[in-house]
Amino acid sequence: MDTQQIRRLELTARDLRALIVRGVGVNQKGHLGGSCSIADVVAALYFYKMRHDPKRPDWRERDRFVFSKGHAALVQYAALALSGYFPVEDMDRVKHFGSPLQGHPDLRKTRGVEANTGSLGQGLSTACGMAAGVRIDGYNSCVYCILGDGEIAEGQIWEAAMAAAHFKLDNLVAVLDSNRLQATGVCGERFNTYPHREKWESFGWAVSDVDGHDMAAIVAVLDRIEQEKGRPHLVIAHTIKGKGISFAEGKVAFHNGSLTQAQYDQALSELAKAGM
Amino acid sequence: MNNQREVYGRTLVELGKSNSRIVVLEADLGKSTMSCYFEKAFPKRYFEMGIAEQNMTSFGAGLSLTGKIVFLNTFAVFASGRAFDQIRQGIAIGRLNVKIVGSSAGLSDFGDGATHQSVEDLAIMRAIPNMTVLAPMDADETKAMTEWAAAYDGPVYLRLNRNDMPDYFPAGKKFEVGQPQLVREGRDAVVFANGLMVSRAMAAADALAARGVSLRVVNVSSLKPLDEAAVRQLALGMRAIVTAEEHNIIGGVGDAVNHCLRGSGIALEMIGMTDVFGQSAHSYEELLNYYGLTSKNIVEKVAKLLSK
Repeated sequence: MDTQQIRRLELTARDLRALIVRGVGVNQKGHLGGSCSIADVVAALYFYKMRHDPKRPDWRERDRFVFSKGHAALVQYAALALSGYFPVEDMDRVKHFGSPLQGHPDLRKTRGVEANTGSLGQGLSTACGMAAGVRIDGYNSCVYCILGDGEIAEGQIWEAAMAAAHFKLDNLVAVLDSNRLQATGVCGERFNTYPHREKWESFGWAVSDVDGHDMAAIVAVLDRIEQEKGRPHLVIAHTIKGKGISFAEGKVAFHNGSLTQAQYDQALSELAKAGM
Repeated sequence: MNNQREVYGRTLVELGKSNSRIVVLEADLGKSTMSCYFEKAFPKRYFEMGIAEQNMTSFGAGLSLTGKIVFLNTFAVFASGRAFDQIRQGIAIGRLNVKIVGSSAGLSDFGDGATHQSVEDLAIMRAIPNMTVLAPMDADETKAMTEWAAAYDGPVYLRLNRNDMPDYFPAGKKFEVGQPQLVREGRDAVVFANGLMVSRAMAAADALAARGVSLRVVNVSSLKPLDEAAVRQLALGMRAIVTAEEHNIIGGVGDAVNHCLRGSGIALEMIGMTDVFGQSAHSYEELLNYYGLTSKNIVEKVAKLLSK
């Protein structure tokens, strides 16, 4: 991939972050931090790696995206809106009564959402089932699943990790959003799930590390692991919670925080400049 | 006498022959749930998920999202309890095409005790929006329900008994979801039952007939949906109503029928587990007798209501 394409993806990630801010709105709570941390990976998936068609959300041979850390739905909504699954204006009505954009992803309400997630720890199992299902059908589809680093305290994650290795689901890629903060503090201090690489490797996964804000590196790792067969893949994306919005970066308060009008304006202004 | 799980296992294989979309998942109880027949017939569409019911349930959700018709198998107590959140969040909200088959339900796993005896599975499943809840009275009805569930696009909970049961469902008849079934006509009183308790009600009807009392027996195998008007029609003109279930009296067939009959003014008694857990025994009968899940208890309740 040439530098111009990388640059375009970086700008797309910037646009996703601006839509996330728009989705949070003013004086309303929203999961800003964990949405922004994974925005670069989500941009690379929806606008480069995944085969999908907004005109045919039920295209059977598409790649799938399961957002296991469903509370950060804003970034998925932003990617779906920019892809053309629904109007960008819908981002102004996230969590409004009657809106198709719920607090957590709902496949019956939101065009393009593949699975209902939000009760943490379940999405990886669902992604495994999808990977097994498309394999039965003989499709080359890949299933991408985004995990939170706080989320992997859930025991079901490790049931799924065993199942993916047992069934040799090499068409499954899990991306761990390692932003190192969970709702009430620092991962590892609040509850220790480390070391991640060693745990996943011992469960039979092929593990890669990547700087989750280096678009060229993200694209490279997604391309490389596609060629490696026989095992499920985990990409540990080292990220910064709230990335791209200076006052929110690395701040637990913006896990599910609200923005004042001044903060809202500043966030959009910073993101606009980031593209210049 | 036939066995529900045996017939269920054989029916899955028959369905699998004509429909390649059917996939079956199991949590290491295949020789009890009889999903083992499907494993032998269609190994590529059978997933042994290990002793991990939560992962099995969400994995099944994922398979259904690729167009598969999914049958999940384990004991009723684990299907409804261990994997409750996975069913609620990942299957029911999205109305996914997943069938949850709770085997060895009620007290039917008599030896294993309270941990393995489900007295609350129907209550749990009834309370979940979008869920269809079925509890067949015999093997032939199990077959008809399994066929219906495979053809229906949506989540279903199917409750199966471990032990052999008398046959009442007309072989070859199609299952009609929502409809209470008249199993025996009667003029004086009616028993609304399901599962094994239908056979106990039939025995009670014989005993009462000898005493000149005519007892109607209704099988409420479709707990949800349940046609309220049909239930009311079947209670019309009766002087006494008894509900009977191998389940907690909270949240099962008694509550469902009571709800349908609210305001009817007809005297009603409920038979079931009286908000207690089960225990181990050497035989099923010992437990059924101890907890009053008997034809004798039905006879006594009907007689008491009629004498008032």
